[in-house]
Order: sequence, then C-alpha cells, then structure tokens
Amino acid sequence: MAGAHRSAPPSPAEGTGFGRGALEAVDLSPGADLEGFRAAARRLAGRGIPPERVLWSIGEASGLFGAPPPAPSEEAPLSLPRGVGEMVARVVLHRDPERYALLYDLIWRIQRGERRLLEISSDPLVHRLERMRKAIARDLHKMHAFLRFRRVEGDGPERFVAWFEPDHHILGAAAPFFVDRFRGLDWTILTPEASARWDGDVLAFGPPGRREDAPAQDGFEAGWRDYYESTFNPARTNLAAMRAEMPKKYWRNMPETAAIPGLVRQAAARTGAMIERTPQMPVKRNPARAVAAMADQAPDSLEALNALIRRSEPLVPGATQAVLGEGPLGASIAFVGEQPGDQEDRQGRPFVGPAGQLLSRAMAEAGIARGEAYLTNAVKHFKFEERGKRRIHQKPTAGEVSHYRWWLDRELDFVAPKLVVALGATAVLALTGKQIPITRARGPADFEKPYAGFITVHPSYLLRLPDEAKAEAYAAFVADLRRVHDLGRSLAA
Amino acid sequence: MDEMLAKKLRILADAAKYDASCSSSGAPKRTAGKGELGSTTGAGICHAYTPDGRCISLLKILLTNYCLFDCAYCVNRRSSNVQRAKFSVEEVVTLTVEFYKRNYIEGLFLSSGIIKSPDHTMELLTRVAKSLRRDHGFRGYIHLKSIPEASPWLIEEAGLYADRLSINVELPTEASLERLAPEKDGAVIQNAIAQIGERIAEAKSEKRRFSPAGQSTQVIVGADATTDEALIRKSALLYGSYNLKRVYYSAFSPIPDGSTILPLTAPPLQREHRLYQGDWLLRYYAFTPDDVADATEDGMLSLDIDPKLAWALKHRARFPVDVNAADREMLLRVPGLGARAVDKIIRARRHTRLRLDDVARLTSALKRARPFLIAADYHPAGGLTDRLDLRARLADPPKQLSLF
Repeated sequence: MAGAHRSAPPSPAEGTGFGRGALEAVDLSPGADLEGFRAAARRLAGRGIPPERVLWSIGEASGLFGAPPPAPSEEAPLSLPRGVGEMVARVVLHRDPERYALLYDLIWRIQRGERRLLEISSDPLVHRLERMRKAIARDLHKMHAFLRFRRVEGDGPERFVAWFEPDHHILGAAAPFFVDRFRGLDWTILTPEASARWDGDVLAFGPPGRREDAPAQDGFEAGWRDYYESTFNPARTNLAAMRAEMPKKYWRNMPETAAIPGLVRQAAARTGAMIERTPQMPVKRNPARAVAAMADQAPDSLEALNALIRRSEPLVPGATQAVLGEGPLGASIAFVGEQPGDQEDRQGRPFVGPAGQLLSRAMAEAGIARGEAYLTNAVKHFKFEERGKRRIHQKPTAGEVSHYRWWLDRELDFVAPKLVVALGATAVLALTGKQIPITRARGPADFEKPYAGFITVHPSYLLRLPDEAKAEAYAAFVADLRRVHDLGRSLAA
Repeated sequence: MDEMLAKKLRILADAAKYDASCSSSGAPKRTAGKGELGSTTGAGICHAYTPDGRCISLLKILLTNYCLFDCAYCVNRRSSNVQRAKFSVEEVVTLTVEFYKRNYIEGLFLSSGIIKSPDHTMELLTRVAKSLRRDHGFRGYIHLKSIPEASPWLIEEAGLYADRLSINVELPTEASLERLAPEKDGAVIQNAIAQIGERIAEAKSEKRRFSPAGQSTQVIVGADATTDEALIRKSALLYGSYNLKRVYYSAFSPIPDGSTILPLTAPPLQREHRLYQGDWLLRYYAFTPDDVADATEDGMLSLDIDPKLAWALKHRARFPVDVNAADREMLLRVPGLGARAVDKIIRARRHTRLRLDDVARLTSALKRARPFLIAADYHPAGGLTDRLDLRARLADPPKQLSLF
C-alpha cells in the first residue's frame, strides 16, 4: 500500500466546534510517509484548511520498509521556497508523532505570506523543526558510524549482515551511504522496522529483522577489540567526552564496547605506574653504526640511481616503463630532451623514435659521435593519453617536470659532463627551474651548474614544421650542434 | 585473525596512539565503483570513541616501532625498552581492508619508526598505500605520515596515493629539538613541510592528484617551556605561510618506560583544550595572532576561562554589542556566540528584530553571551560589563579534568 493517505471527507460528526469548520482527518502510513504527507498537504492547502482543523494520525499498516515509494499525486504541487522540501523530507523521518502537524503548520504559514520563515531560526516553530532535523542528521551519522557488519560464516562468496536500532525512521535515508561505500560487497542491514539488502547490483527493502538473524560473531572482532584497547590512552581518561559522542544506547551493538569497563577500571593504576616508575637504562646497546649509516641513503652510483628510477612509479599518467639515460660516464657532452615518446616507451631506450633519428643524423653531420655523448630526458616516463589505438603525447606540466628534476640533477652529477645541451623548453625548465622562450635564449647559456650550458630546439619541433620551413630550420639546428661540438671539444681540452 | 597478527596489532597500535591526529576529513568525495570498496564523505566519520573521549576514525598504527631516532618524548625512541614489532606490507593491507569491510574505520593512518634509512621507511609506507589502491580497489581514506628526511621523489610518490600527508613539527623551537630530538633537524622538517605545501598548491592548479586533503602537523604541548603565545604564533605561520589544514596540539603524556630527561606528569589536558580554542579563533573567528596573544597573561592562556572571553574582558569598552545591528566580525567576538549562531542571527534579523528569547534559541551559551550583548528588549543593566566580578561569574567551576 504505497503512499497510503486517506483523507476522510469532512463529516459533521467529526466537527468538534473548533474554528469555523469540521476537523479534517488525515491518516498516514507508519514510518516516514513522505508521499502521503505531500499529497495531503497539497490537498489541504489547496482547500484552504488551516492547521488547527487537521487531525493527523498514523495508521497500523506497514508496507514501506522505510523506503519512500514514488507515488504520483493528482493535486497541484505547492510552490514553496527553496529549503522547505528538504526540511520536510528530513523531518518526516522523525519518530515524533507531531511531525506532520508541525510541518503542515510551517507550510501553512509560508503559504500565508511568511515566505522567508525558514530563515528565522529564532522562531519557535522553525527552532523546533531545526532541532528535529538535527536529530535526524545525528541519527543518520551515528548509524553510518556505529553499525557493525559481521561476515556470514561458510564457504562461497562473502556476505555481511548488520543489526542496528536507529532512533528514527531512517533506514531508507541511511542505505545509500552503504551502497556508495560497500558497492563491491553483498550486505544486509536489519532493523526492528525494516531491512535493506544490497547484492552488489540492486538495493531492496524488506520486512523487519531480528537480532538473531545476524551472525553472533565475526573472526575480526577480537582483533578490533584489541585495537580499541591499545589505542586508548589511560592518562587522558575522559568518560563524559566519550559518552557525549557515543551514548550508552549504542554500546550493545558495538563489539568493542565490551572492553570499556575494564579499561576504565585499570586506567588510574596504569597511569600511576607510568609516572611512578623510575626511568630505566636502555637494555639494548646503542646502535651507533646503524644511526650513522642512516643518513647515507642517497644512491651512490648511476646504476643505483637508475635502479631506483626503474622501480619508481611514473609521476605522470601513462608510461609502461622508465626510459633511462644512455651513454658513457664522463661523456663530455650530455643532451637532455623532454620525455620519451611512443617508440622510446616501447623499446625502453631514449631517442630511438623519429625525433631521435633526426637528432642522430644532425649529430653525425655536426661531427658528434652519438656513442660518445650522453642522452637523456627531463622526464623519465612517456606521458600520453590513449585515443583509440593511438597513444597521444602529452606535454608534462611544470609540476611534473619539477618532480623529475631531482633525478636529472643526480644523474648529471654522476655523468659529470662538461657541457649540457637543453633540447627544447621542457629541458630548459628542468635544468634551470625557469620558463625561458627558446627563440630568445638559443645558444650558450648559464644553468648555474658545474657544467656549461647550451640551449637549442627539440628535434621534434623540426618534424612538426611545414615542409617549406624544414630545410632552413634543420640547417640552423645542425649549425647549433656544430657550435656544441666545438664548445665540447674546447671544454674537454 | 591469527594470534601473531593480533599481538603485532596491539604493540603497533599502542605505539601510534600518541599522535593526536585522527581526522578523515578534507578528501574529495569519492564513492566505490563496481566491485570496489570504500568512499570518502568530506567531513569524515568517527566510528567509535575510546574512554579518553577521542575518536577512532582511522586505523592508526605504525608499520614498525623499531626506530633509529632517539626523541626523548617518544615511546618508540631507540633507547626505550618497549616491546618491538614490525608489520609486513601485506599485513597492514589485510587489516585495513578487513576492518573497513566491517565498517570499523574510515581508512588507514600509517606512520612508522625509522628503520634502515628514511628512504627505505618511506618506500614501505608508500607500498602499503599503493597496494591498497591498486590491488584492492580501495577508495577509502589514507593518511600517510611523511618522513621529512626522505628523498623528495618518495614524497611525490606518496602523494599520488594518500589523501593527506603530514609531518610532525613536534617541538616548536630549534633549541628544544636539539635537546630532546637529537636526530631531527628543524630546518629539514620546515623544508619538507614547505615542499609538500608547494606540491599541493601546484597539483591543485594543474588539476593533478597530490595529497588532496592537504597536510597537517602536530606539536607537543608541555614537554618544553614554549608558551601558548609562541605556539599560537607558530600555528598562524603554519596556516598562513605553509597553508596547513590542521595543527594538532598534543598534551605531553606519560609513556611506558619514560625518558630520564623528561619528568613524567599528568598531561596538561586543559591547556591543550585552550590551545585548540585559540587555534579556532585564528581559523574561524577572524582573530589575528596578536588578538590571541592579547588574551594571554605572560604568554599563557587562562585555564579557567576560554580565550574569547579573556579577550572580551580585556576589551570591555567594545561591548555590549547590539545583535540587531553589529557586523559579523564584531558578533564573532561576543563570548558564547559560535560562528553558526552568528550566521543564524544575521539571517534572522533581516526579517525580525531579535529579542533575548530569540537569541536564547540560537545559542546554547546565553549565560556567557548575555553580559556582552544588546537585544531588542534587553540591555545589560547597570553596565554589567563593568562589573569587577564578571570574570569570576563566568569562569568554569573548577572540575576534575583528569584522574589526578
């Protein structure tokens, strides 16, 4: 009997002499009958029946199980200010039998001109409704907090059942929280008024449950009680504060509360013992060597650093593996690019894709032997976005580049080149911490590091240029690399 | 649960309990997807309260209480004779998931003693968080204690999985650190906090995930001679310049096997409480650190009246305040009016003139507020704010605050 609401026709027999008319009787379903109330309020307000002529009663029939069913109503909806609907939806959950009368009073006054009534928290009616709403919020909060699931013993898929006794008609309102949280589990919540079951896909409400329908124990409860006892600090005992937040009425359904009497009984003695006890000499020897060794945690070789980078999680989205630098230790020239691309990510080596091949060609033309130079990237992982089957390169953000700076700096410390070439803006950012436009800074640069610096474009820039501009730009790139070659030679000498 | 795991849990929960931070707030709202476990709610939930009145929100444990550091105030210092234990990464993951499924907790708060090296320790902490997220589809709250001495990239990695990172300041001055925590370095701690703060701001602007619930810290109260004023100024600095979400004050508490250099006495719980009130004035009541300092005597907050009342008693000329006319900032200064009561007053007075009865329905502390306000039908007669005995009349009656 969804949304049961029966409004008796005004009959002279019910007229008790109040006001100008007969009493209007409205009978609503037990629990939170939001639809029934809404329909009745529309009808009553539409007919101009004042609150003092309405007699609200709550019937016997149960069929809602705490979940408000959607029941269309023929009456025209009332136009009410924002916030009123929300207030009504909450207060109907309250167990106070007066709730419907109070809510209709509110609606009546708002309809009669007090449009902003809800903003006046000092009004006695609003004050009372706010307190009721607060009680509902608290009841919901405590149910979310203090309900305890127990696992149903036996083989087969995991199933969890909880028994809880809320103060108000809140099961329907409380259940979505558990769905959001335990979507992957199969669970049932039993209350004296109704039950809720989630099977991993569908939430269904059913008849009242009994405490005995829930498992009597759970394999993790002893461990939980151990945790509860151990996390308590006897020197701070404050029972009033505990009871204010966790009133005794909840205790019987919370397994850990069985520990409370013992903890309280022993608290004073335990604290006293801690204070009385004379400090003891440490029995263990002072691990001086371990303490000294502790500070020495930085990787001590390029190999150790690379092992660490390989092990680390990508700090950018994408990437199947870290792409490490390549080339001899002590190389006089090091090239720093932006980040590995699609090919590099697949092969695990730097500068092997189209841009890398172009770089190799230009290096050869400039007289730099690729095998003698050190090549690496500012960011060690390929940042990309998957679009269909393609992996589209994404430029690393300044923050991401700075995450990788620590590694790049250590890496260059170990390689100890005389000259470092920044290929493109990201490399410059990584080496200097600053955003510098390449066009202006192209050429020799001071990175404020132990090595000399040089800035030029990234070879992928050349690939993106229109054909007619390519040749000129490539020639300029090779010219840059010739200067790099000469600089490298003079620095090494 | 097997007995070995239970035993470790007892040792490593006991070892973690002196960290006051418990909150599971500030994470972006998440819900479990199909087949996943866990959600976050914004404000967080306290799932139980222990008889010390503190809430249990997260499973707060150490990965291990072996530690190479020797901080005098700490139960886990290397020279302490407490029992030691170490969880495996898998054990912490199992406990978190199984406790979570039973609705005992909001998530995990994992810290650790320093073993082998700060980097090694930080890597282990991060592995727990990573396994929860990756292997178990865990969407609940994770708070990791960061090791300030760990290498920066490890902190970056931790921020990918954790909702909150924190580093404890513990002792507010360099001198105290030197005396009580010889392996710690104030500059290193400050730098690490600054680094995390920068990363959080940067990730937010680049819309990346990094410790979305911000960072918090803890200072110990009563283990050294630092005044309340200095503590509040330190907090204001941490909130202002380092953008911290919370500063926790932890009354120094007797620990099993205490150190010889720190006398063990009852924890100064009332002092801790007043510091939290002072902290709230900074964060929610538009008080400056100077205002809070103004509420102290010789740098210490009164124990028998709250700091807002202390400030008001020193500035009686600015009262009484008319609830029907005063601006928000001045209403916030009225003792007994909380921020929510003030907002309700401002909303209601647009439509009605508030009488004293009305105000009584908006605050639960009218007795304290009354001498400091004017309502439509009420004025504190005879200049109640001038009465010399006002302080005594409003002070908390002496009460037992701890067991001693």
